[in-house]
Amino acid sequence: MAQYLILIYENESSYIDPSPEVWQQVMEAHGRFAGQVGEKGGELLGGNALQPTTTATSIRGDVVTDGPFADTKEALGGYYLIEARDLDHALDIAKLCPAPDGGVEVRPIMDTSGG
Amino acid sequence: MTADDVPGREEGDVGAAVADAHRREWAFVLAATARVARDIDLAEECVQDAYVAALDAWSRQGVPRNPGAWLTTAARHRALDVLRRDRTLRGKLPLLIEPESLPEPGTDAVEGGDNTIPDDRLRLVFTCCHPALAREAQVALTLRLVCGLTTAEIAQAFLVSEPTMAARVTRAKKKISAARIAYRVPGAAELPDRLDAVLTVVHLLYTTGHTAPGGQDLVRADLAERAIGLARMLCVLMPDEREARGLLALLLLSNARRATRLDDRGRLLLLEDQDRSQWDRAAIGEGTALVVGALRGGRPGRFALQAAIDAVHAEAPSYADTDWPQLLQLYAELQKAWPSPVVALNRAVVLAMVEGPEAALAQIAAIERDGHLAGYRYLPAAKADLLRRLDRRTEAERAYRAALDLADNAAERAFLARRIAEVTRRPGPARASPG
Repeated sequence: MAQYLILIYENESSYIDPSPEVWQQVMEAHGRFAGQVGEKGGELLGGNALQPTTTATSIRGDVVTDGPFADTKEALGGYYLIEARDLDHALDIAKLCPAPDGGVEVRPIMDTSGG
Repeated sequence: MTADDVPGREEGDVGAAVADAHRREWAFVLAATARVARDIDLAEECVQDAYVAALDAWSRQGVPRNPGAWLTTAARHRALDVLRRDRTLRGKLPLLIEPESLPEPGTDAVEGGDNTIPDDRLRLVFTCCHPALAREAQVALTLRLVCGLTTAEIAQAFLVSEPTMAARVTRAKKKISAARIAYRVPGAAELPDRLDAVLTVVHLLYTTGHTAPGGQDLVRADLAERAIGLARMLCVLMPDEREARGLLALLLLSNARRATRLDDRGRLLLLEDQDRSQWDRAAIGEGTALVVGALRGGRPGRFALQAAIDAVHAEAPSYADTDWPQLLQLYAELQKAWPSPVVALNRAVVLAMVEGPEAALAQIAAIERDGHLAGYRYLPAAKADLLRRLDRRTEAERAYRAALDLADNAAERAFLARRIAEVTRRPGPARASPG
């Protein structure tokens, strides 16, 4: 098994002041996904939603600026850390991850335990 | 083959035997070794060492009866040696993973004879053509790992510098191990999509060889031959896959006309001007037989249909006597199986032969409005040809010029320049022309 980070990139505008119904739908979708990871034979090791990029602060060198590191139409809005057998397994799981206004990126975690 | 085991053969013979084994057996040896080495780079090193060792061993002991098995045994032993020695080091590296059964280190299926050798070439092909790799990386990896071409050779074929190609290959190999792209043949559910990716790569290799995108030669025969070899291998390894058969048929039928695509001065000849007596009848026979099999049993796929179209052309006694209505029907099927603006353009050209150039121009106008083929050089070229046939010379010239702006192959450029000269030559009293 190996670890993969699923990064959720979406258009943030859909999440600004969502109605309670929309918010509930989103939460339910993510709740379902959390269950599906296990059903697919993977393991959910963690994950979080992020506050929008308007709350981001970037630091390069020691210069502090307002905003995200890269200003893109679809911004990083949340992530899951999962364990899967291989990339195909990880992609299979990631395809279920809700991201209606964008998509997800799957990145293998680097093993830094060696030395 | 009694001579094969006789020692003391000439050095040249052994060199040729090793070269032959390189061409025929590379994929087989590397694929089997990768399973033991569990690292593509290590496997490649060991296979290269095995070929070097063969040169020496075979001149002393004679060429073995089964060179592929000999090379595989040598390469696997070398890989196991390295793994034992470097266990701690290699243990830290992400390994090529193979979820199913892995042979116990030390066991050697290869020595039991031909029938016991598990054929891993399919694993290798599917790994090289994994959708998580960019198309250009899939192509490069397939040539490097499955065909055994050097990075320099691949760079030359795709007109990029050697360091660029080396970086591309290295990056792809790193992704395979770091992201853990499994070394396996996909399961039944994924197989259709994944097979299509593999066949697309092989087809792309062929078309790159068939019409070199730039440079002087229209055809790079070696790439086309490699692609046919790969298609043949896929048919042998997946005898039930009709699209694999369809692809092989398509390549054989297209390649059968290769010698007639240029005249003796290296100028491009269109299908209607090609000398049909020079077409390779044996290849056409093999391709046509494969098409029949590929079309049977359910809805045919896009490669089988393209091959069927080529078979109709190959069997026609002349351009005028081609079965255009049947072609139109096949194109309609192809558009269903593979809705693509390129198919629509080709269908329009066939429509011109059935219903006349005006009907085809209307279709082409629709394709132009759609915009997906902007920048595709064959769109203005096809349009220009229809306009020329209608004697709408000014419009034809404009379209030929648009095609010329987009073409970068020398033979194609010369062809378009000739056409422009033709349509700008005014009828009536001849004007003095220089030269």
